[in-house]
Amino acid sequence: MTENTTPTPRGAFVKAEELSKPREKLNLSREKIKLDVQDLRLQYGKDEALKGITLGIPEKRVTAFIGPSGCGKSTLLRCFNRMNDLVDICRIQGKILMDGNNIYEPDVDVAELRRQIGMVFQKPNPFPKTIYENVAYGLRLQGVNDRRTLDEVVENSLRGAALWDEVKDRLQDNAFGLSGGQQQRLVIARAIAIEPEVLLLDEPASALDPISTLKIEELINQLKTRYTIVIVTHNMQQAARVSDYTAFMYMGDMVEYGVTNDMFTNPKEKQTNDYITGRFG
Amino acid sequence: MDAMNLSTHISSKFNEELELVRNEVLAMGGMVEQQVRDALTAAVESDNKLAQAVLSSDARINEIEMRIDEDCARIIAKRQPTAGDLRLMLVIMKAIGDLERIGDEAERIAKVALESFSNKQQKDLLGNVDNLGRLVLAMLRDTLDAFARMDVEAALKVHQEDQRVDREYEALMRLLMTYMMEDSRSIPKILNVMWAVRSLERIGDRCQNVCEYIMYLVKGTDVRHIEYEEMEEKMRGDEEE
Repeated sequence: MTENTTPTPRGAFVKAEELSKPREKLNLSREKIKLDVQDLRLQYGKDEALKGITLGIPEKRVTAFIGPSGCGKSTLLRCFNRMNDLVDICRIQGKILMDGNNIYEPDVDVAELRRQIGMVFQKPNPFPKTIYENVAYGLRLQGVNDRRTLDEVVENSLRGAALWDEVKDRLQDNAFGLSGGQQQRLVIARAIAIEPEVLLLDEPASALDPISTLKIEELINQLKTRYTIVIVTHNMQQAARVSDYTAFMYMGDMVEYGVTNDMFTNPKEKQTNDYITGRFG
Repeated sequence: MDAMNLSTHISSKFNEELELVRNEVLAMGGMVEQQVRDALTAAVESDNKLAQAVLSSDARINEIEMRIDEDCARIIAKRQPTAGDLRLMLVIMKAIGDLERIGDEAERIAKVALESFSNKQQKDLLGNVDNLGRLVLAMLRDTLDAFARMDVEAALKVHQEDQRVDREYEALMRLLMTYMMEDSRSIPKILNVMWAVRSLERIGDRCQNVCEYIMYLVKGTDVRHIEYEEMEEKMRGDEEE
């Protein structure tokens, strides 16, 4: 008798042995820390926006900062590529170590730092140029003008940002002709064209419709295999969906920082619980 | 219930929805409790009408179960509850399944009671379940109270009560087996009574399940399939920190 090889519907299921294996859980103490924030304090004039933040951002993971408006999450994000340096009344104490080196040392080349740590903002901000030139811009700044290299990087970056198929036939069109969601992915393509190590995303999907938002989230999921990603979001469900680790901030303090899965089913702190369940704080 | 801060959401509509579904569960619990009580009374006191009433109330309990499931599904879809609110939804959906099955056990007891009206011997035998019935009924009532108050300590205590139920169950089984050995012609009737006894014991187990859900709901720790000591440690351990 020949063996019945017709695939049964049960064939697609998880094998019993797989099910009985203990599930691998994320654990912050086992991660390689890419950005190590140590007792970071930041003041705008007399207002203390960050009151001594200490946390480690793990490499090649997605870390989300959540918290109510004005809690300091965007301020903290901006500290990672020294964008707060541009604010005159801003004073910063403490350290942020990237791979062990303090990025606030006086001899750090800020332009180089910002190449290593790219940033994407809430509202897409493409340059008033063609789609192609938007992505090639960073390389041209670095003095790369070789057509073949540029073509290759532009294609790879647009593919990386899941935009290539939509724009490959109109690379010479103005970037402003793209939809909001496409513009945001173009900005991400521009950011990854110069091969940063860290990507900072400040509310990257809050100005987008639900489908574009899902595309950005899917993109984040793909990008995390290559980059360390830090995302600030007001959308808690988004934080829950895209991030591996979540930090809840409130009034300049880090209230709770841990594995996202735990945070959204069983937060340790009452303040976190009140915030994520939508209660009066 | 304020252990869970159900009514402190910014959205008052959300508060109302949670409050409604919680009240429905409590109402369902009350109905199931009544059903078990009536089934027992019917069995012990040979009340034909009461036994019929138990059988006919089962359909309503099934309806309520489906309705609560629907409410929970709607809340999950519309509100995307997290943390304690999410656990409340999960726990309600599981607990009503156990409550419904407790109702089914009550129905089975009522059926045995009905059969015994035409049978003097079975009637007498059924009198023996009175004590076990009281224990189980008390356990069910305490379980529902613990749920209403979200009381972990009470849930732990009720969980322990099942040991007494089990002891009483075993004693009763031994007694019934002795009867069987004494008079083999009575075996079919004794088997019928055993069904009822078995049903009562199962109700105790289902109460234990609900207690475990309550502990998960309040503390966020899964305490199923572990020894009582470990459960106690998980529930009380972190308070000293």
